[in-house]
Amino acid sequence: LEEEENLLSAEVRQQIDHWIAKYPQEQKQSAVIPALHIVQAANGGYLTNELLDEVAEYLQMPPISVYEVATFYSMFELKPVGRHKLSVCTNISCQLCGSDQVVAHLRKRLGIGFGETTPDRRFTIKEVECLGACGGAPMMMVGQTYHENLTPEKIDQILEALK
Amino acid sequence: MNGKFMATPLTQNITPDREPLDIKQYQQVGGYQALRKALREMSPQEVQQTVKDSKLRGRGGAGFPTGMKWSFIPMGDDAPHPKYLIANADEMEPGTFKDRLLMEGDPHQLLEAMIVSSYATQADVAYIFLRDEYKLAAHRLKQAAQEAREQGLLGKHILGSGFSLEFHIHTSAGRYICGEETALVTSLEGKRAIPRQKPPYPQTCGLWGKPTVVNNVETLCNVPHIINHGAEWYQNLSRSEDGGTKIYGTSGRVKRPGAWELPMGTPIREILEEYAGGMQEGYTFRGLLPGGASTDFLVEEHLETPMDFDAVMKVGSRMGTGGMIILDDKTCPVAMVLNLERFFAQESCGWCTPCRDGLPWVAHILQAIEEGRGQMEDLEILEMHTQFLGPGKTFCMHAPGAMEPLQSALKYFREDFEQHIREQHCPWRS
Ligand SMILES: NC(=O)C1=CN([C@@H]2O[C@H](COP(=O)(O)OP(=O)(O)OC[C@H]3O[C@@H](n4cnc5c(N)ncnc54)[C@H](O)[C@@H]3O)[C@@H](O)[C@H]2O)C=CC1
Ligand SMILES: Cc1cc2nc3c(=O)[nH]c(=O)nc-3n(C[C@H](O)[C@H](O)[C@H](O)COP(=O)(O)O)c2cc1C
Ligand code: SF4
Ligand code: FES
Repeated sequence: LEEEENLLSAEVRQQIDHWIAKYPQEQKQSAVIPALHIVQAANGGYLTNELLDEVAEYLQMPPISVYEVATFYSMFELKPVGRHKLSVCTNISCQLCGSDQVVAHLRKRLGIGFGETTPDRRFTIKEVECLGACGGAPMMMVGQTYHENLTPEKIDQILEALK
Repeated sequence: MNGKFMATPLTQNITPDREPLDIKQYQQVGGYQALRKALREMSPQEVQQTVKDSKLRGRGGAGFPTGMKWSFIPMGDDAPHPKYLIANADEMEPGTFKDRLLMEGDPHQLLEAMIVSSYATQADVAYIFLRDEYKLAAHRLKQAAQEAREQGLLGKHILGSGFSLEFHIHTSAGRYICGEETALVTSLEGKRAIPRQKPPYPQTCGLWGKPTVVNNVETLCNVPHIINHGAEWYQNLSRSEDGGTKIYGTSGRVKRPGAWELPMGTPIREILEEYAGGMQEGYTFRGLLPGGASTDFLVEEHLETPMDFDAVMKVGSRMGTGGMIILDDKTCPVAMVLNLERFFAQESCGWCTPCRDGLPWVAHILQAIEEGRGQMEDLEILEMHTQFLGPGKTFCMHAPGAMEPLQSALKYFREDFEQHIREQHCPWRS
C-alpha cells in the first residue's frame, strides 16, 4: 500500500539516494536541491505541491523548508512548461551583442514572451541570468545545450530541429 | 619544458573543442606529480608555506591571499573534524566564463589541485559547488574523479600515504548569491542561499559549523604548478607584484571575444588590442568594466593600467574576476547600467532591507531616465543610493558590488544621463 501512495518512483528514489550518500548521514537535507532536479525532470519539467511534500517526507524535512528552496532557486518550475525550454540570457554581455534581437525574433516566431508556453506545449521561453558563455554572446540554452553567437537564421535552424 | 608550458601553466593542456586529457595523458604531461611530491616530500605546513610564498591571491574576485586564508584553518590533533574544502564553481558574474573553460578543458587539473589543497589544510571531504547549467563540466569532472579513484589518487590512503579524501560534486539550481562563500555554504546545507555574518569566517566555522576553505576554481588550479615549480618560478610568470598568470576574458563588441591566460599585470590595452583584436568594424570604444558586472567603469585614459589587483584598485576600480565587458558607442550607457542594476535587483537574496528594496528602486529610476521620464533630481537620488548601499551598509558585498558600475557611470557618462533628462528621450533610440 505504501508503495502505491508514493509519488516518487523507485527509480527516482534510487537517484536521490545516490545524492544523499554524498553528505553526512544526519544531513540528508543537503540533497534537497539535487532531489528537486531529479523529481522535476521525472515530472515533465515542473514541480507540484504534492511532489514537494513527497520530497519533504523522503528527506525528513518540514514541507515549508522544501517550499522555501523550490521558490528561491531559479531553475525550479512551479507550473507546467513546454517540451523545450529556451533559456535566453539577457545579461550585459549578451545585451551588448544583441540579445534584444534574439528575444524579438523568438517572440515573432513563437508568438510568446518570457515565462510563456506555446499552446501546443512545444516551447517555453525563459529569461535567465548569465550562463558563463559571455564570449559567445548572444546565447541561449535549449534544454541542457548551449547555443552561442545567435543570429535569426541560427535560431530558425535550432527551432526547426526541435520537434 | 617548452616555452608555452612556462608561460601558461593553467591552460597548457586545453585545446578548444577537443576532449580533455584523460588520466593517462594527463600523467604523461606531468599530471599528479604535484600530488606525489606533496604527499611524499612535504608536510601540510610546507605546502601552505609554498603557496604563501608564491603570493597567490584569490581569483574569485576579492584577491585575498590564499596561503593566508589556509593558515586560519585549525591544524593538528585538536582540530575539529571533519574539515572541508570547497571549490567555488558557481561562476555567475556577468562577463565571466573562465572557470567553465578550466573545468571543461582540464578536469584533472582541478581535481589534482583540490586533492593537494585538501592535503595542505588536512580536509577530509572536498566538494565542488557547481552551477547546474555546467553539465559538460559536471560530466568531465565525474569521469576524472572515477579515473583518479581507480588509480588510488583519490579516496582512502592516497598513493599509500596516511592521507584520505572523499570527493563529491554538488550541483546547485541558479541564483547569483550562491557564489558568495557563506551563502554557498548555506545552500550546500540544503537551504535558501542567505549569506551569514563574517566573522566568523568559514575557515573556522563553515559547512555544518566545521572548518571550511572556499576557494575559486581558478585559484585552486594554480596550486599544483606552484608545488611543482616553486614560489619563485610562479612569481616570475607575472609582470607585477601579484604572482602568476591570470585568465582574462573579453566580451562585447570586440573582434575576437574570448579568454586568454596571460602574465598577471598585462596592460588592459594589450589585452584589448592584441588578443581581442580591437573593436569590431563600425564600433568605437567608450569604456569597460574590468572584472565583471560588479566593478567600476574604466575609460580610455585608464587603458595603460596593468591588470592586477593593486593597479586596477589604484585607478578606482577592481580587477574582480578579470572578465572585461566592453562598452561601445552604439550602446546607450544608461541602458547598460539599467541592465546591470536589473540583474542585481533580481539577484538580491532579500535578506537585508537596503539591498532588497534599494536595488529595485535604483533600477526603477534608471528605467525612467532611459525612457525619457527622468528628472535632474533623480541623479542625486541615484548618488545617494551609491552611499546607502555602499560597503558596510549591507549584510554582504552584493549591494556594494551593484553600486560600483553605477557610481562610476554617473562620473564618466554624466553627460549621457543629463542628455536623456534634458531631451526626455534616449539619444540611442530613434
Ligand atoms: N566569480 C564570480 O562569479 C563572482 C565574484 N564576485 C567577487 O566577489 C568579491 C567579494 O567576495 P567576498 O567573499 O564578499 O569578499 P571578502 O573580502 O569578504 O572575502 C574574500 C575571501 O577572503 C577571505 N577573508 C577575507 N577577510 C578575511 C579575514 N579577515 N580573515 C579570514 N579570511 C578572510 C574570505 O573568507 C573569502 O574567502 C568581489 O570582489 C567580486 O569581484 C562577485 C560576484 C560573482
Ligand atoms: C554576490 C557574490 C557572488 C559571488 N560569486 C562568486 C562566484 O560565483 N565564484 C567565486 O569564486 N566567488 C564568488 N564570490 C566571492 C566568494 O565570496 C569568495 O570570496 C571566493 O569564492 C573566495 O575564493 P578565492 O579566495 O579563491 O577568490 C562572490 C561574492 C559575492 C559577494
Ligand atoms: S546585501 Fe543583498 S544579497 Fe547580500 S545579504 Fe543583503 S539582501 Fe542578501
Ligand atoms: S552575459 Fe550572457 S552568457 Fe554571460
